[in-house]
Amino acid sequence: MSSNRKSLTFDSNPLVLTDDPRRPVVIVDDLHVVYRVFPTGKRATRAQARSKLFRFGKNNIREVHAVKGVSFVVYEGETIGLIGSNGSGKSTLMAAIAGMTVAEQGRVFASSRPTLLGVISTILPRISGERNIILGGMALGARKKEMTEAVPAITKFAGLEEFIDLPMRTYSSGMSARLRFAIAAHKDHEILIVDEALSVGDQQFQRRSEARVRELRERAGTVFLVSHIMETILETCNRVIWLEKGVIRMDGDPKKVTKAYTAYMDEISG
Amino acid sequence: MATDDIQSYARANGLSLMGSRPPLGQYLLETWKRKDFAWTLASLNKAAENASSRFGMWWILLVPILQSIIFGMLIGFLLGRLRDPAFIPYLFTGVFLYTFVSGTFTSGATSITGNQGLIKSINFPRMIMPMAEVFKQFLGFLPSIPILILFVALITQSFKWQLVFLPLILALLVVFGFGIALIAARLTVDVSEIGRIIPFITRLGFYASGVFFHPAHIGAKSEVFNIIMNANPVYCFLMLARGTLVPGYELEQIHWIIALSWTFGVLIVGILFFWRAEERYVIE
Repeated sequence: MSSNRKSLTFDSNPLVLTDDPRRPVVIVDDLHVVYRVFPTGKRATRAQARSKLFRFGKNNIREVHAVKGVSFVVYEGETIGLIGSNGSGKSTLMAAIAGMTVAEQGRVFASSRPTLLGVISTILPRISGERNIILGGMALGARKKEMTEAVPAITKFAGLEEFIDLPMRTYSSGMSARLRFAIAAHKDHEILIVDEALSVGDQQFQRRSEARVRELRERAGTVFLVSHIMETILETCNRVIWLEKGVIRMDGDPKKVTKAYTAYMDEISG
Repeated sequence: MATDDIQSYARANGLSLMGSRPPLGQYLLETWKRKDFAWTLASLNKAAENASSRFGMWWILLVPILQSIIFGMLIGFLLGRLRDPAFIPYLFTGVFLYTFVSGTFTSGATSITGNQGLIKSINFPRMIMPMAEVFKQFLGFLPSIPILILFVALITQSFKWQLVFLPLILALLVVFGFGIALIAARLTVDVSEIGRIIPFITRLGFYASGVFFHPAHIGAKSEVFNIIMNANPVYCFLMLARGTLVPGYELEQIHWIIALSWTFGVLIVGILFFWRAEERYVIE
């Protein structure tokens, strides 16, 4: 019955604890994430993947093992750059750390619920940027009054003074990414995950947001930065993790890891 | 054994397990803290909806009035009810309230699947989404209430003192609608085909809840039929509302009991059912 279903083998890769004196902020222990997807593209729930009711004749659910046994500890004061080729599992790993996707095996511990900032085109497309600022901040737990007062500062940071009263659906992808980053970065977060949101903006905005990330780090915040731009990684991070095909390929000094990654990319592109 | 080491190391440093849903108490507390967010979200969405249609706010009244006219003609002629002066108020009360109930069900069902942009952007208790949908429906429903009261008063040339109970009945109806929205929201995530049968469910509810007829109108004397009607919470809510508005109908104890039990039953089941799938509401 499960003829075309390759059962997944889980190579456990448990975390080895070291006696580092620094305080840990995030602990990832042997994390596996598996997506079960219908060929049509809709993600199956676990129950559907198991249930016989939803299979008509044969099992037509594909399993994608996106993260395969990732383990690491992040300490206070670290800014982690996450690199890897497309489809290496970076975004999935970040979603799992933020608690937005379910792990198949393994665990994530964190000192507080991380805020994930991903590449999604809009928050609420029909309403104005200004109102999106208020709503977004409230979703993050701020008070309405606080957000109303913060509107000018956030607008300025995003560089959207002329467009803030327009519905967000009229924004370009770069503009809305800038606004989303500005909303999330306005508040001090203990743990902030920035998933390629910085690479969408123009250079001027990139510099401003890199400065903000450094500022957050100085205030004892932990930042994860997913990016394909090595300059951004080198300028903001003090540790880099290179993920390839769902496993950690290298973890450590930014210069060393990015150099090895660039060499690898040059090699495979011939 | 290494597993225990990591757990105690994490605990000793004040770290907690991610990805698992928070305990129910904490979850409800976090939702409660963001109720203003749900309210703001609802009112902004409502405003955007009104701004993008020509008649705007008027649709709130136009839809139930058009429905009342169609069913009034159909049923009025079929059953020869038009000469009964209580029939039009009976019908209007039914249609206005039922429009709200079916609205919470329909929009509650898409509250998670239709708002993935917001859900993927920011991590917050997802219960906010069905809550905001119910608030939005309520914002649309609220202005139609004074119109309904005035309309019924004009036709019947009287006010009933029982009208003081109407706000309580409507408040209960909102809570009931929230429970329904929670259940519908998760069902649509579990089985997306639910979305296709929703129009049939609301239509069935329309026929089964005595929106445009009373068991006595169609000459139903069977005891079983009465029991089935009275077990339907929507029917009980409609009858309670009619007890406060329409002459010849009283507030009956049995309707209070059934409506109250269903309201809190659906609320509790809805909260537990929705919360148990919290980590599944980001759809890839």
